Amino acid sequence: MYAPFELDIPTTLDGALAALANGGGETVLPIAGGTNLIVDIRAKRERPDRMVGLGEVDELLGMEFGPERISIGGRTTVSDLLRSPEIAHEAPSLIEAARLFGGLMVRNTGTVAGNIASGSPAADLVPPLLTLDAELTLASASATRTLALDDYYLGYKQDARRPDELITRISWPRLPENSANTFYKLARRKGDAITVTGVAVTLSVADGTCSRARIALASVAPVVRRVKEAEAVLEGQALTPALIDEAAEAAASTCTPIDDIRASAGYRRHTVEALTRRLVTQAWDRLA
Amino acid sequence: MPETRTITLRINGREEEGRFPAHRTLLEALRHLGHMEVKCGCEKGDCGACAVLLDGMAVDSCLTLAWMAAGKEITTVSGLGDLDAPHPLQKAFADGGAAQCGYCIPGIIIAAKAIIDEHPEPSEDDIRLGLSGNLCRCTGYTKIFEAIADAADDMRAEGGAP
Repeated sequence: MYAPFELDIPTTLDGALAALANGGGETVLPIAGGTNLIVDIRAKRERPDRMVGLGEVDELLGMEFGPERISIGGRTTVSDLLRSPEIAHEAPSLIEAARLFGGLMVRNTGTVAGNIASGSPAADLVPPLLTLDAELTLASASATRTLALDDYYLGYKQDARRPDELITRISWPRLPENSANTFYKLARRKGDAITVTGVAVTLSVADGTCSRARIALASVAPVVRRVKEAEAVLEGQALTPALIDEAAEAAASTCTPIDDIRASAGYRRHTVEALTRRLVTQAWDRLA
Repeated sequence: MPETRTITLRINGREEEGRFPAHRTLLEALRHLGHMEVKCGCEKGDCGACAVLLDGMAVDSCLTLAWMAAGKEITTVSGLGDLDAPHPLQKAFADGGAAQCGYCIPGIIIAAKAIIDEHPEPSEDDIRLGLSGNLCRCTGYTKIFEAIADAADDMRAEGGAP
């Protein structure tokens, strides 16, 4: 690799947070799987003076399945998700995203917190987590706070994490009874491909109406985001094809895709509409 | 100048020492130590040519910092077997003509080892999903998939080869 940096390898979370806090004007970056960061450093998009390796910090591992919430450590890898039958039961959208995530070696080392913190508009784990109402625990040497994932992204590759903070845990409430939770990744290939359009849908049904709707889109805006305009069309309603059409059109008209090497903006907008319609229809048909 | 550190890497069961700066990747360190069977392809985590096992788990050595691999068990394709005593995967790849230019094969055999460790009776989906991070620019992958399935059959027949 080309640009030299120093490296700390703390063995505790306190040690890692202290190392991040003691920058003193240097650029200090945490590194877990490195599957984005090493590539960015090599391409000179990131120029850290010092890195804090998190590979020995076991406090960032572990999944907890409580009566009300599910909580996973920031260093949980994509492969850890795939190996968890509880995640498969509780958050099938995350499993679908994890299956098609990068290649085997990237899944083995790339972490959930890293996927969130890298801020890519194409981050595959983020649409499922947004539709699960995920919350982040952000810790620094001086304080710990929680933040809704929905409030985390501020703009293209800009996020609410301060340089001295780590995403230590990701948690979300268990889904209500009678819920569907799905994700569709549209890409050029079924593996090792960057998403052209990603759509996650979580729908809950109670008393014959849609009690809760969450729709989140990847790769069609500067950040991964929910489309609350489309969710509002569905919530409180007994869904009909006309209502689902209206929600799909709202999703397509509020996203802001660009033309790039993988697809045109027009194609992306078209597929947002088609996939939103498909996933919401499938969820409703299964639940209602 | 950045700090360099002498680290001990446990490679294919043998301890080897090297002095490296913090930004040296495991791929660079392994090749520096003479392990030329570990190939450098894209250096972006896309091609899998540099794959090694780290404590039994397949990783891209181009994305792993050498310091972070110290103390862990590193296995390259040479650690699985050699010409005199090939691993069932190596034998199946040779018997099935699964290599053309061969550049990607060390990484593919490492990924295949990880696939079979997790799925002793891999489905085609297990094999395809497990190889999604390995690119071969010669073949249509068909013979590679077949060789992995054959090796898995052989390993089960032998009652669990290493």
